[in-house]
Amino acid sequence: MPTVIMQRTVTRAFALIAAVAIVVGCASTRMDAANDAQLRAETAAAMRASFKARGQAGIDRLDQDEAQRLCSDYFNKPLPADVASRIEKSNLAAIKWPADGNYVGDWKNGEKIAQSGQGKQYSDDPKSPNGGNCYACHQLAPHEISYGTIGPSLYQFGKRHGYTDDMRKYAFGKVYNTEGYTACSNMPRFGAHDILTEQQIKDVVALLMDPKSPVNQ
Amino acid sequence: MTMKRTRAFGAALAFASACAVSLSAMAQASDAAAEIEKYRQALADGNPAELWEARGEAMWHEARGPNKVSFDKCDLGLGAGVVNGAYAQLPRYFADAGQVMDLETRLIHCMTKLQGVSVADAHKTLFGGPGQRSDIEALVAYVTSQSQGVVMNVSLADPAMKKMYAMGEKIFFFRGGPHDFACATCHGEEGKRIRLQDLPDLTHKSGAQKAYTTWPAYRVSQGELRTMQWRLNDCFRQQRFPDLVFGSPASIALTTYLAYNANGAAYAGPALKR
Repeated sequence: MPTVIMQRTVTRAFALIAAVAIVVGCASTRMDAANDAQLRAETAAAMRASFKARGQAGIDRLDQDEAQRLCSDYFNKPLPADVASRIEKSNLAAIKWPADGNYVGDWKNGEKIAQSGQGKQYSDDPKSPNGGNCYACHQLAPHEISYGTIGPSLYQFGKRHGYTDDMRKYAFGKVYNTEGYTACSNMPRFGAHDILTEQQIKDVVALLMDPKSPVNQ
Repeated sequence: MTMKRTRAFGAALAFASACAVSLSAMAQASDAAAEIEKYRQALADGNPAELWEARGEAMWHEARGPNKVSFDKCDLGLGAGVVNGAYAQLPRYFADAGQVMDLETRLIHCMTKLQGVSVADAHKTLFGGPGQRSDIEALVAYVTSQSQGVVMNVSLADPAMKKMYAMGEKIFFFRGGPHDFACATCHGEEGKRIRLQDLPDLTHKSGAQKAYTTWPAYRVSQGELRTMQWRLNDCFRQQRFPDLVFGSPASIALTTYLAYNANGAAYAGPALKR
């Protein structure tokens, strides 16, 4: 066989193999997707059958919004940039900013909110105020040594980032709806999900941003 | 036992008073962690779980229920009455029930099907509390103690087990509720803690092994022996989910996911925890 023809044959063979690989690949991806959809449906049904409403925690808490659904799917794999930006855009747009344009409340109340893990559990009294439980995951004021490390340290947050209007607004928005800034963050959406009131969020912002707050000493 | 417990309570008191001393600076955080570790070690040589194990063992051999049958007729997967090493292979698919069962579900199954106990009675006191002893907790303590040192060996060969594992994994990463929490929020990264409590990373083998092989456990803060079903139930409460039903498909799926991930490690429960 002349060399040119042989090369062409080899090239064609490779092209054929590549084409077959693509078809097989696509078919298996489609099958994976179908299997995954079925597994997802079965899991959702199993979840429904596995929980009962109790206290303030209704079964509707198993209904996922778009961010929860996408963040579950991508929990253990890299989050595609377009998915992240879709989540961030819609959540940022839904933030209800304070009508008075003031983001900072009382850091002393903020400290109490940061300490309290009360709220939204079926074992909690829905009539008592919710907490933010910030210390569960973040270092804040240095006197509190019992802090968690799931989130970054916020010690000297204001001092480090500057006591600017932009930073105060950012802190408010971040506590109100973290998904507006970091898609699939581990942090709850305290404002968007009615965990904390607008005033409570302002108080937490004060804990972070008031130069007199123990966080900034 | 009594002396051991006295020592344990002494250590607990010492720890409590150490906490009461006001600590001035952040540098104390590592000292506090070291103190907690000392406290854990002091408690480790006297585990009140033994009381639950002893009660469970007596119950195991006792003729119970309307049918007056003992658990010696109960098959945990290795044959009727075989307890040694049984927990290290659970959950598993049970053909006689046509479903995957964890230890707790299987015990309830034996109570209702073998001993003739009504379903309602079998579910009466699933978790113990002040003045309320749970038979299930005692039985679980006994059965699990008989797998101490046995290497975890949960099989996914049965398709029902494979499906349970896959569902368990999905549930582990399921974010929901007002706080957007999934199991993985707290248990998906290594070296994290909530407040001062270390969190096992259950997505990696070593973390899953260390955590799973030390449940059930006697919880010092509650004065109770707690089962895996309790552990999952209370995690979901803190996740702000509704109430996880005892023995529900989701609970068994998650247990299957965790137990299989712990394969290869020697079982070490019932352990003792804060």
